[in-house]
Amino acid sequence: MSEPVTSIKTPIRLEYSYTAGRASTRFLRGMSEGRILGQRCPLCRKVYVPPRGSCPRCGVATQEEVEISGKGTVTTFCIVRIPSENLSVKPPYAAAHILLDGADIPFFALILECPFDQVRMGMRVEAVWAPREEWTASFGNIRHFRPLAEPDAPFDSFKEHL
Amino acid sequence: MASATQSQGRLTAPHILEYPYRRSVGPVLSRFFTGLRDGEIVAGRSSDGRLLVPPPEYDPATGEPLTEFARVADAGSVLSWTWITAPKRAHPFQRPFAWALVKLDGADSALLHAIDVESDSRLRTGLRVRARWRRERVGDIHDIECFEPF
Amino acid sequence: MREVAVVSFAQAKAKRRELDANEVEILMPVVQEAVARSGIPKREIGFTVSGSCDYVAGQPFAFVSALDAVGAWPPISESHVEMDGAFALYEAWVKLQTGEIDSALVYSFGKSSMGDPAAVLNLQLDPYTLAPLGIDAVSLAALQARLLLDSGRYTEKDMAEVVARSRRSAKSNPNAQLRGDVDPATLLAEPYYASPLRKHDCSPVSDGATALVIAAGDLARKVAKRPAWIRGIDHRIESHDLGLRDLTRSPSTALAAERAGARSGRFDLAELHAPFSHQELILCEALGLADGVKINPSGGALAANALMVAGLTRIGEAARRILDGEAKRALAHATSGPCLQQNLVCVLEGN
Repeated sequence: MSEPVTSIKTPIRLEYSYTAGRASTRFLRGMSEGRILGQRCPLCRKVYVPPRGSCPRCGVATQEEVEISGKGTVTTFCIVRIPSENLSVKPPYAAAHILLDGADIPFFALILECPFDQVRMGMRVEAVWAPREEWTASFGNIRHFRPLAEPDAPFDSFKEHL
Repeated sequence: MASATQSQGRLTAPHILEYPYRRSVGPVLSRFFTGLRDGEIVAGRSSDGRLLVPPPEYDPATGEPLTEFARVADAGSVLSWTWITAPKRAHPFQRPFAWALVKLDGADSALLHAIDVESDSRLRTGLRVRARWRRERVGDIHDIECFEPF
Repeated sequence: MREVAVVSFAQAKAKRRELDANEVEILMPVVQEAVARSGIPKREIGFTVSGSCDYVAGQPFAFVSALDAVGAWPPISESHVEMDGAFALYEAWVKLQTGEIDSALVYSFGKSSMGDPAAVLNLQLDPYTLAPLGIDAVSLAALQARLLLDSGRYTEKDMAEVVARSRRSAKSNPNAQLRGDVDPATLLAEPYYASPLRKHDCSPVSDGATALVIAAGDLARKVAKRPAWIRGIDHRIESHDLGLRDLTRSPSTALAAERAGARSGRFDLAELHAPFSHQELILCEALGLADGVKINPSGGALAANALMVAGLTRIGEAARRILDGEAKRALAHATSGPCLQQNLVCVLEGN
């Protein structure tokens, strides 16, 4: 007689088909054209990238579209040393919050093409796009960010976004 | 990164949610699943003397842990059934089959499982069915592949 | 017991498939309407609680994203249940009973069309012995329906009549999804879907959202001409082991009704959350409703069933008729879990 059963495998699997929603659709179509499109709140005037169709502070719909450049500032970052199956990048690498010029919320992206220990708060960076022929309706068209040869942004310019 | 594809002018994207869970079963279900691996069905005895299968960890009336177990037959009678003509991906069969609540001989509660039968004309409440055991068993509910009329 | 009333209600039109808007875009106008109709400024609402299921969206913390529809700044007192919004209402009602706050916003939303709701509900089941079989909510309901028919207390024709009445009532509900005149005999000629259930015995898949505001005592009197007072609210749950339950009856509904004070007095209407036609029969029996009580004037869940929304919608539909002066006393019910495992009963009354 062998050992008693102590565990069972219970995998779960669910399938979905998403539709993008209005704001994401605008953003993703912009991506397929190499453009970064944010949306502005009519009340507090903040610009959100990527936009979700509403201002999380005011709870109202955002509609005004604002085109944003691919240049921005690192507001904060961390050095990742744990490997991940889903990433082709080998650790250690820098993962950062990037506030694009003209946007009011930062988003998550990797900083590559520079030694990870040179990444710092205030560092100026720019989006690195995939080759044009590979563009799809996806945020993934922006592969990562790399340093810009510009002086660091002063702390005061981004301290509200930490 | 997933990208959206066009469908009637709308962006759509498929999404699969998968979790490869492995669950520890605890002492009561261990008795049940070990029994299945060994080709037998183990029930738990409740405070009022009923044999419940699958055995609950705690008595339905008193809340006390169950400590007495007994084997029940792997054959019994159908208490309820439903004929599925369009099986879902997760269903045990991809051809028409039945789900059923089966009262195994000796048990006082019903076990839910599938019945493999070629047509619903044979199905009725009270139908006698027996477990079809998998040849290779690991100790989970699929050790019983299904039930079948006999 | 503190007096608490529903003072406003709003809902999105139920749709088979909302292709353009995401959940926040569906929910935001509904929340805004409920708040506007309440007469209470949003920043003065003391508590916000939602009911939804992340598995409907397939996204962990989908309910957190939904807060974008509310605007949680300055930070708000907020809670959530991974259940129908009716149970979120219960939490809000309890919080008002403590006296800490005088009003609450309750909402629920779900885009069921993105996945397979019957498959999503598999995850509610016992994870060791039932869920791994891959059984879905419709199959489980079908097993219950057969037991009910075998009991001899009801027939397939009774089920078809429930469907016909639901569709007919839904004609006057602009937010319902399935409406029209259907003859029970025509329905009975349809093939089985999961026998003995036919497709029409099962609620449709719907995308939707519902929101309502509740307020206590004097605040409710101040903002609403005819507040829909919650005279009683209670919920009870049965065993998760289906093989241990009598699936042809609903003792949890009966007990919740007793505790909510639904056993005495007349009701003008009852909004019952029955996602399957045979379940309406079981619920009516458990509630002991008198003849002449209008059942599901909105069309009920058979006319529109956004997962996690339909129960709160029943309460909203009942409350609305009191707020509008159409009715004096209403019963609302919501369910959760396979085969009516858990049931909430709410008694609503006008001044």
